[in-house]
Amino acid sequence: MVNKATELKSMTIERTRPAGSFIKAVAAVVWKDVRAEFRSRELFSAMLVFSLLIILIFNFALELDIKMRQSVTAGVLWATFAFAGTLGLNRSMAIEKDRGCLDGLLLAPVDRSAIYFGKVISNLAFMLMVEIIVLPVYSVLYSVNLFQPGLLLVILLGSIGYVAVGTLLSAMSVQTRTRDILLPILLFPVVIPVLLAAVKASSGFLRGAELAEILLPINLLIAYDIIFIAVAFMVFDSVVEE
Amino acid sequence: MFVVLNKSKRVAPTKSIMITVKKLVKRFGLKTVLRGVDFEVQPGEFVALLGPNGAGKTTFLRILASLSRPTLGEVNIAGYQLPNQASQVRARLGVVSHLPLLYGDLTAEENLSFYGRMYGLTDLEQRITEVLEMVGLEARRRDLVRTFSRGMQQRLAIGRAVLHDPDVILFDEPYTGLDQDASSMLDEVLKTVAAKGRTVVMTSHDLARAEDLATRFDILSRGIIAATASRKGLRKTNLSSFYKQALAG
Repeated sequence: MVNKATELKSMTIERTRPAGSFIKAVAAVVWKDVRAEFRSRELFSAMLVFSLLIILIFNFALELDIKMRQSVTAGVLWATFAFAGTLGLNRSMAIEKDRGCLDGLLLAPVDRSAIYFGKVISNLAFMLMVEIIVLPVYSVLYSVNLFQPGLLLVILLGSIGYVAVGTLLSAMSVQTRTRDILLPILLFPVVIPVLLAAVKASSGFLRGAELAEILLPINLLIAYDIIFIAVAFMVFDSVVEE
Repeated sequence: MFVVLNKSKRVAPTKSIMITVKKLVKRFGLKTVLRGVDFEVQPGEFVALLGPNGAGKTTFLRILASLSRPTLGEVNIAGYQLPNQASQVRARLGVVSHLPLLYGDLTAEENLSFYGRMYGLTDLEQRITEVLEMVGLEARRRDLVRTFSRGMQQRLAIGRAVLHDPDVILFDEPYTGLDQDASSMLDEVLKTVAAKGRTVVMTSHDLARAEDLATRFDILSRGIIAATASRKGLRKTNLSSFYKQALAG
């Protein structure tokens, strides 16, 4: 029961900032996502199981010799990350929508791009965690050494680009009734440049190609990351508003 | 001659008006939901916004909450204009809808802590304790929200909405899905919230509850405010007859 004696005191609520500090708001969104995911493990476990299944299916489907395995590694890896990533992005935004929490976020007196960056960081963290587990499993199954600093850098850059555009599009698709189907349909055509550059750079590192050959796709990846983040920063407010 | 106003500057509210809405129009594609709504609320007023399904109550509240942009018209809350000064408006606004806007996998305390951080509150621990005591959930502060009943979630949702001590609170059908006991408990929380002198706008289908709580009654019908009456003005008739007349007229 409500206790009358516990009425709110007429204290003045102090705010550390009048309209919210950007970095603190980003940190709050990340904290909330990680905390909730730590409890439910809904998103992470779905992404991980799905990734492992894809790797297994490819392993059985492509009965390849050791040389061929090396040549398809980059493609199989990025197909796995892209499909699992879509699953995570969909779920991450659906959690916000299901209980009206997206409205709760949008009602906060902070720049709405802080919400976007918070979601990007937490989505990226979950995707990288899945990748950290998938890489050694893949190495064992396909007998390919994936622990090369250059390749790990490419995976990081590719994941940033993928999550940056995916978070924006998932915020758009979650408002529709067909959100589960719509996200991959919207996302894959837009993210093709990132995936192509990531596959090319990954393949270069795995083949031990010259740095000059690998540099172009890496530069493209960096450029796409910057462009996608900048565009999302500018349009996120319009995307989430009715 | 043109006068350029600084958009970041607060325009002093005319006299003592907390919410001013002028000629508000909202269209979704070809469908016009609001057709020129004029609406004013004074500080401390508790306005019940009544009307049939599809009258535009939720759309109207979402515009006041800065969740939806008006197609045409002027909206001013606590001296700040929407949508240009949305951040300033949001800092002074609390919203409770029929959805709890709470995370099921976080505890009651963690939910309030998260929203408190989003609003940049200091001394959060003390504030969370006060709010949880106000809504009668202090004993459940470390329980996950998904284990709460619908009534408890709604009380916590009110706690979330008043956490930053807003000047204005918007309630959108807060009684939806609540049983009799939970509704009575919510009545008490609403009275406590309103007793602090906050300005409240509530949409509801429950005329009896609105009559019990509100100081003014506005009927929204076919996208306009069809009638308005104060509690004093209703003395000769009851809210139900007033509501029927307003819809018929």
